[in-house]
Amino acid sequence: MTGAWRKGAGALLTGLVPVVLALAFSTLTLLVMGASPLRAYGSMVFGAFGSTAKFTDTVMAWVPLALCAAGLLLTFTAGLWNIGIEGQIVVGAICTTWAARAWQEVLPRPVLLLALLLAGMAGGGLWGLLIGALKTYGKVHEIFVGLGLNFVAVATTNFLIFGPWRTPGRATMSGTALFERQAWLPTFPGQAVGPVELVLVAVSLAVVYALLRGTRWGLSLKAMGRNPTAAHWLGVPIHRYTLMAFAGCGLFGGLAGAVQTLGLFHRLIPAISSGYGYLAILVVMLSGYRAVGVAPVAFFFAAITKGSLQLPLELQLDSALGGVLQGVLVLFVLLFQGVRARRKRWAQGE
Amino acid sequence: MKVELQGIHKRFGPVRANDGITLTVEGGTIHGLLGENGAGKTTLMKVLSGFLAPDAGRIVLDGEPVRFSSPAEAIARGVGMLHQDPLDFPSMPVLDNFLLGRPGGLLPDRREGRRQLRELGAQFGFDLDPDVPVAALTVGERQQLEILRLLSLGVRVLILDEPTTGISAPQKASLFATLRRLAAEGMTVLFVSHKLEEVRDLCHRVTVLRQGRVAGEVEMPAPAGDLVRLMFGQEVAGVRRGTVAPGPLVLKVEDLTLEDGRLCLEGVSAEVRAGEVVGLAGLEGSGQRPFLRACAGLLRPRQGEIWIAGERMTGQPYARFLAAGVAYLPAGRLEEGLIPGLTLTEHFVLASQGHGFFVDWAAARDRAQARIREFGIRGQPETPVEALSGGNQQRALLALLPPSLRLLLMEHPTRGLDVESSLWVWERLLERRRQGTAILFSSADLDEIFEYSDRIFVFCAGRLTRVLSTSETSVQEVGEWIAGRGEEAACPLEVER
Repeated sequence: MTGAWRKGAGALLTGLVPVVLALAFSTLTLLVMGASPLRAYGSMVFGAFGSTAKFTDTVMAWVPLALCAAGLLLTFTAGLWNIGIEGQIVVGAICTTWAARAWQEVLPRPVLLLALLLAGMAGGGLWGLLIGALKTYGKVHEIFVGLGLNFVAVATTNFLIFGPWRTPGRATMSGTALFERQAWLPTFPGQAVGPVELVLVAVSLAVVYALLRGTRWGLSLKAMGRNPTAAHWLGVPIHRYTLMAFAGCGLFGGLAGAVQTLGLFHRLIPAISSGYGYLAILVVMLSGYRAVGVAPVAFFFAAITKGSLQLPLELQLDSALGGVLQGVLVLFVLLFQGVRARRKRWAQGE
Repeated sequence: MKVELQGIHKRFGPVRANDGITLTVEGGTIHGLLGENGAGKTTLMKVLSGFLAPDAGRIVLDGEPVRFSSPAEAIARGVGMLHQDPLDFPSMPVLDNFLLGRPGGLLPDRREGRRQLRELGAQFGFDLDPDVPVAALTVGERQQLEILRLLSLGVRVLILDEPTTGISAPQKASLFATLRRLAAEGMTVLFVSHKLEEVRDLCHRVTVLRQGRVAGEVEMPAPAGDLVRLMFGQEVAGVRRGTVAPGPLVLKVEDLTLEDGRLCLEGVSAEVRAGEVVGLAGLEGSGQRPFLRACAGLLRPRQGEIWIAGERMTGQPYARFLAAGVAYLPAGRLEEGLIPGLTLTEHFVLASQGHGFFVDWAAARDRAQARIREFGIRGQPETPVEALSGGNQQRALLALLPPSLRLLLMEHPTRGLDVESSLWVWERLLERRRQGTAILFSSADLDEIFEYSDRIFVFCAGRLTRVLSTSETSVQEVGEWIAGRGEEAACPLEVER
């Protein structure tokens, strides 16, 4: 009895302690900067949820975060580091933009939107596949491939915006010309957010959950992530699964890029990914690599990201504080997992 | 320096790597430590050199008990170890590696180090360029560097763990000359090996370890046969099984040649028929593992051909071998075979690849439950494999094998198992044999090989040197072939790379 109680209490403690520590650290940072922590947190909450417009902004940040995190669950499960998720968002956005410029005046709206979303997914998927291929056949570590290709993707975006896709007579940083209205994702009346995005998130998370939980394919990914040698011995073709994991993750990254393009900016801009790919890596880590945790954690991160934009307006504080809070939170969670694993090893007398 | 190890115990989980080892080495001698892989040699030496803390027992140096909490402490007390795989920094230059681990100030004295390296190198005839990166050196040269480094740190007890693997014949000659000279100057040398010839050539005295205990101690020179008997145990009288009439040809290999890391296999040709049990005898690292893995399709041969049941399989992917009814049972249960963190049910589902995309977990659990009962695994379908004991992990591995097989290849099928589990494993294997499966297995236990095989393949230095029929040979004869009997040309001391 006491054993079970202690175990439960221990789990609760390890869940709560990092959050408390991260808050304490941020509070300390605020105090050092001479700001009132209460006012700062209050303004962040206001920034995230203070009005319908602010709330929809938060939702619009949550959508790409959750989509990318859904994809990253695949690569994390397979034991792969897909830092290249950023590039997959960007290439997805590029492909969507290309398709929109080609088709926006030809196709009827529902077909057009579907085609544009699929174009984004295809782009992201191929970009992911490229990482997988360079890893399996080129023997380059996926972190370096991903990082390198991220730069390539961003540089390509800039080239397209200032080059072939420049608005005639204008050359600005603000991106390509706006798409035709019919290539915009529909919105709820008077809001920035629409039903398509929400459906996409729900379907994506459900699909990934089902893949990992209920299929031989997902189980093979899990096996390969935990012990590639033994997985190979049991008959899992490791190379093929590496390619599939990266391509699969790329599909979701590309979809996030398409949504950013069609639902938020309505054009291609240089910083189209808004860094949500990297942030999604943290989201997945914080949610314990589980699909169930991704939606709320991604929402929490979206709220911090959007809420912190209020800081410079109200308190003349830099909005980077939100990033500090997110980063510190993940660090403390990982630190605690490490400490816990170590205590377990000690307990076993190693 | 006189080294005494008294009652050293060291366990890793359920495995007793060292089970009460007592050993005395006089100063100025070369003492050999002989034994099969897993006999506990490396563990014992890691205890002596401060890498591992013993669970029980004492280390006494020159009559003074010592206790090391780190390798650096051991070096400070004069005990240094040359590891099987050199623990150096390949991307850094020779000089920097030489200076590492040296006590002293913040800034290393490179000029002094350079002088010392050159001087020591000249003394022993080691020609090492201080400015090339260690990655550019051969394994033999890396050893020379490590020896010089340990000498410069004032080591008086030098431990060498399998130092001759992967070095050339001249380098070996030079190493042995160096060790003899160091011993003559008063150095205590502990030489760990499983190669009889080397121990015979070099050591003054030899301790043989077997299953974590001292099997015996021999003053050299001694006949190789005595050492083999100590390593492999005594012949068990009268346990011979009747032979099954061999069926059609299952496995045929011709001139199989390949390299796997530092192990290699050269020009192996053999045939195995359905229902045959073949034991692979030989010292560890003589080519049994690459042979088994090549026959399983896990290693690609550089040269030669493999046929399974008449079909040419050379260079085919592992999946084709699986489909042809070939299975391999690895020795590293939790490293190569099972996946820590996954449950037994999940393993059984994985092993049945190609049975649909979706998993019916309820049905899978029932099937797992049936397998668990059938194979007597002490665990539940939800038990993660790392929570099973070694014997139950082995049962789980056997349960993962497909029901009908043409050829079963196994490495050490009963290593680390208690007698009851071993017997149980062999009952299952012989049952498969009656169904016509050909079985090839390697073992460090000659008793096991004699008890269960129809024929014995003896491996020596990467070659298949002798095929013997169990009913017409003796442990003595097999032991002599293992030790590289006669024909030095057919079985050189070391395979040159």
